[in-house]
Amino acid sequence: MSNALLEVESPRLPPQPETPESWRRFFTFSTDHKVIGIQYIVTAFVFFLFGGILAMVMRGELITPEADLVDHTVYNGLFTMHGTIMLFMWTFPMLNGLANYLVPLMIGARDMAFPRLNAVAFWMVPVFGVILIASFFVPGGPSQSGWWAYPPVSLQNPTGNLINGQSLWLLAVALSGVSSIMGAVNIVTTIFRMRAPGMGWFKMPAFCWTVLSAQLIQLIGLPALTAGAVMLLLDLTVGTSFFEPSRGGDPVLYQHFFWFYSHPAVYVIILPIFGVFSEVFPVYSRKPLFGYKVVVVSSLLITTFSLIVWVHHMFASGTPGWMRMLFMFTTMAISIPTGIKVFAWVATVWGGKLRLTTAMLFALGGLFSFLFAGITGIMLASTPFDIHVNNTYFVVGHFHYVINGAVVMGFYAAIYHWFPKMTGRMYYEGLGKLHFALTFIGINLIFLPMHPLGLMGMPRRVASYDPEFAFWNVIASLGGFLLGVSTLPFLLNMLSSWSRGEAAGDNPWRAIGLEWLISSPPPHENFEEIPIVISPPYGYGSDEPLVSNNPAGAVNP
Amino acid sequence: MNTENTRTRDLNRVLNRRRIINLTGLAAVNLLISLWMGQQAYRWLPPQASAESVLVDKLFSFMTAVGCFIFIGVVGTLLYSMVFHRAAKYDTSDGPPIEGNVKLEIVWTAVPIILIIWIGTVSFNTYDQMSILGAIAPVTMKTVPTVPLDRKKEVLANPNPTDTSPPIEVNSRQWAWEFYYPDEGISSTELHLPVNQRARFKLTSEDVLHGFYIPAFRVKQDIIPGRAIDFSFTPIREGRYRLRDSEFSGTYFAANQTNVVVESEAAFQQWLTTAAASPAEPAENAASKEFTAAQNSGRFRWKTVKPAPAPTVNYTSSEKDSYE
Repeated sequence: MSNALLEVESPRLPPQPETPESWRRFFTFSTDHKVIGIQYIVTAFVFFLFGGILAMVMRGELITPEADLVDHTVYNGLFTMHGTIMLFMWTFPMLNGLANYLVPLMIGARDMAFPRLNAVAFWMVPVFGVILIASFFVPGGPSQSGWWAYPPVSLQNPTGNLINGQSLWLLAVALSGVSSIMGAVNIVTTIFRMRAPGMGWFKMPAFCWTVLSAQLIQLIGLPALTAGAVMLLLDLTVGTSFFEPSRGGDPVLYQHFFWFYSHPAVYVIILPIFGVFSEVFPVYSRKPLFGYKVVVVSSLLITTFSLIVWVHHMFASGTPGWMRMLFMFTTMAISIPTGIKVFAWVATVWGGKLRLTTAMLFALGGLFSFLFAGITGIMLASTPFDIHVNNTYFVVGHFHYVINGAVVMGFYAAIYHWFPKMTGRMYYEGLGKLHFALTFIGINLIFLPMHPLGLMGMPRRVASYDPEFAFWNVIASLGGFLLGVSTLPFLLNMLSSWSRGEAAGDNPWRAIGLEWLISSPPPHENFEEIPIVISPPYGYGSDEPLVSNNPAGAVNP
Repeated sequence: MNTENTRTRDLNRVLNRRRIINLTGLAAVNLLISLWMGQQAYRWLPPQASAESVLVDKLFSFMTAVGCFIFIGVVGTLLYSMVFHRAAKYDTSDGPPIEGNVKLEIVWTAVPIILIIWIGTVSFNTYDQMSILGAIAPVTMKTVPTVPLDRKKEVLANPNPTDTSPPIEVNSRQWAWEFYYPDEGISSTELHLPVNQRARFKLTSEDVLHGFYIPAFRVKQDIIPGRAIDFSFTPIREGRYRLRDSEFSGTYFAANQTNVVVESEAAFQQWLTTAAASPAEPAENAASKEFTAAQNSGRFRWKTVKPAPAPTVNYTSSEKDSYE
């Protein structure tokens, strides 16, 4: 916060090459939330590409029924690390990046509540990322027990070494939990304590509501996962018997620890993306967010429900009947607040003045995927049907429609929407649309065939399969390779636009929001003058000003 | 003034009526497509080879129809907007500042609630019927005695003689299935069941979690080491089906599958007799074969848990045997 004092005393100077405004700041222990946000997003995206390459090798293996491309041990390592990297190294850091960058700007704050904690939380990401990647090179290879690390398989340790893929995996996951808890404390505090004057709860943008709802889940759920990981690590390394049945432990107990967090984690991931949809649809439809209050309160309802649905992952795991029925109903109930949101977005778009920019296309594509995944999700909640498709490709298809369909497309929507704000430059619309087309086709081509495969009874996590599954697997593999190719126009677009794109101006989309009232990219302290908010967040179609002062100050009249 | 008001009112009424007719028409078309999709749903599933599968498929067909109706409704609306509600190139004006509509919001909160209660009830009833059939395993924490403690009582309660015999013991390990018929003292790597009789099992694992899954029967149950799990279902269609491990169990998980043969009572008895007369021999084991092949190939691999010795059984089928 000492920077803040300095800034107030000295007049604002234009950025100079020697100042921390140069590109080098992205490689420093910066405490600027915008720098940290971009650090998170770029780091996470690098891991996304790495996890994607692992997935493409898996799809290469699965293009034929036999295990002929890689050995079984290698395949098992690939899907374990794919899942782990995509969740702990890509989605969580990526969403923390978006929240870091956007929340202080949207609520009219100059930074996060705890800037140093923020930087520490970020710099843990490369640390546990390196630990995870290093596990490829220890004897015995990386963890091969799936990203759930269910004991007893995860405790088998064929090499007998203390340092093995599984123990490094557990260490990385525990560190990731600590980092995420730090992030959650920071974000929740920021939203509670640092909103600009006049920004009551119901004047706060929907994105901040969803981030708050998601981070509350992190605070409640992560300790369970972290504790479970530590107990499993003790079982593995010093021979305790929490979960090892041959020593009197209970492997099902681990499943409760794991899913108590890891199902709500899905909502940690999807909620901020709901927030992105709620921000993007109004801007490109030129209409207020339909039913704003209901939409934002639904986020908190989802948070509450998300904590009481975890057993639906364990319907086939030796779960008593009463538990199956109870969790079937709670799981179905969570679709009500989610359904309300979907209908509200449709009503927001309806009758608007639509502009199908890349961001809007990605948001619509994400909504489409989410709707499909939501419907298969209700099917999966239904216990008798779940028993048939549990642990089959139906589930794999379902959650990839959520994670890759809704979340990754929602992420792209956010990046295209806020790229001008983050960099001060415009991206190339044509390349963006090409990127959208390839992504959308790729996602449906790879993940739709997984549903018939699961219905036919193809288990997940297999390196080889019976020949009747070959047809849909070939299509899925082709879709997977297309999805890999689809990142190329994105990378090209981002890199070239960031260095030589057209200047964007403060508010190229004519969007309403505090972040659009200041220059692009925003100055170090964001707001020259802390904004005084006087209107609700989505005033499209009405002429009420959002703030009663000029937050950009004299520099940007 | 008055006449003009009346005229506008009439015009609005006509427009409203037309809109309602249009919407009803579209909903009817959607309903027809959804019902058709619900019927198609049966074709995406394996053959219905157990009493349970009939129930599950009906439930899936119902959920497919409901899901389709919602999906087409929402996506149709979005696509309509994307085509007809586009801003003209130089139109920078805003859309109508509609911030919400309480009536509409109540409707779309109520509709999902009703749908959820409906789907939940149908699912619950299906579950209930499956429990009566026995496909829902009441999981016991303790080891189940192989011979029922009070057989006499059970015979009185249930005149069906097959229910009094001890259950078939399903023994899973890394990576093989072994089925033991205690009355006859026969072991096999292929599961044989008489058609139209309730098959009862005791599921155990020697090492890690495994999943007992027969897609054609729509039944699945995780097997937990250290516990014995009671399980049962009723095959209703003769044929050969696949039995797969459904809970990831380590390196050769994918190879851990075998066949289930559902046959007439006579054929089943014949099989029991043949099997009882055969000496116990080590069975073929796909995981061991793959393990040996991997050891001999120069392909990169990491160290793995060794497959357990192949089960020694009276009857074994070839991996290449056909199935549906």
